[in-house]
Amino acid sequence: MSDIFDTAAVQASGLSKDHALAAALSGREDILTMTQQAHDAALTPDAPGGLSHAERAALACRMARLNSEEGLAVQFLAMIGSDTVAGQIADPGFTSVADTRLAAILRHTDLVTQDTKGVVAGDIAALTSAGVSEDDIVRLSELVAFVSYQIRLTVGLRLMGEAL
Amino acid sequence: MSDVLQDFTTKVPHWRPRVMPIKLEDATPDQLEALKVTPSNTKVSDYVLVLARDSETLRERTPLFNAIMYNRGGMSRAERELGAVGASVVNRCVYCAAVHASRYNVLTKDEAVMERIFADEGKTELDPRQQAIFDFSVKLSQTPPDVSKADMEGLKAAGLEADEILDLVLSSALFGWANRLMHTLGDPVENED
Repeated sequence: MSDIFDTAAVQASGLSKDHALAAALSGREDILTMTQQAHDAALTPDAPGGLSHAERAALACRMARLNSEEGLAVQFLAMIGSDTVAGQIADPGFTSVADTRLAAILRHTDLVTQDTKGVVAGDIAALTSAGVSEDDIVRLSELVAFVSYQIRLTVGLRLMGEAL
Repeated sequence: MSDVLQDFTTKVPHWRPRVMPIKLEDATPDQLEALKVTPSNTKVSDYVLVLARDSETLRERTPLFNAIMYNRGGMSRAERELGAVGASVVNRCVYCAAVHASRYNVLTKDEAVMERIFADEGKTELDPRQQAIFDFSVKLSQTPPDVSKADMEGLKAAGLEADEILDLVLSSALFGWANRLMHTLGDPVENED
């Protein structure tokens, strides 16, 4: 990533090269570049395990919508492609799912996104009972955790752009 | 379980995983690289051994975390710790709050701020600059984030420059990430060491 203004978070924030904040952003070029590398590792990893790239983009879109973060939701939606189920996952209203494993993944994503403090040991056990492997539990947790960061970074950058 | 710590503390607890950590002797080359294991550094925490189950993300996360919390310039290290604590209080990550409150105390040699934050949990009265930093972190950590132009004006009025506000956004947002791993994948328990 040669240009921080091409990173997903800065793009979604609407900040551009000619904004007065460009100097402050350039001062943290390393961090914004590493943020994009973490984005790619969480959304499009070489070894996605039991969470496909389309499912990851859909869960991220769902999270952005739960956070009313439309700029990122549009970005993640564009990464889903033509996968029909993933398209449904991206809708936070899609909760009654026949597939037990997918239902558990959606429930956990929504819970950790919206009520982190309310998560208990039984919530992790519920994923295991629904057939989510321990590797996939960590992959899902990293995805939800990274996107939660990306959302707050984007919201903060956009607000800085509007107010400073 | 009854031994899980529920109350905020500045004494760093032990972290007990809910997902089995990988065994170091079974780690793949990718996992070893992400774990930064070298012949002189073979001590790896259970937390990092759990995260090694997703080595691609762990590899990116560690240097990013260190850069946001420790890079030169911008907002002071202590104030970044204050941002980390604000998020950790919202998400009730007792472990993260303990680690970063204790770092704040070491950096500032002032224990009164964290005592007040842990006693009041977000309704704390601090000095104007600390208050603006803490309040912003608490608001950014809500779902959806609850920050407005007025909060940004508050940070400016408290004397924060643009580069410092950027560091506050980064350190607060980072704990939206860290809390969602630490608080969901394990439990803080009494440290018997």
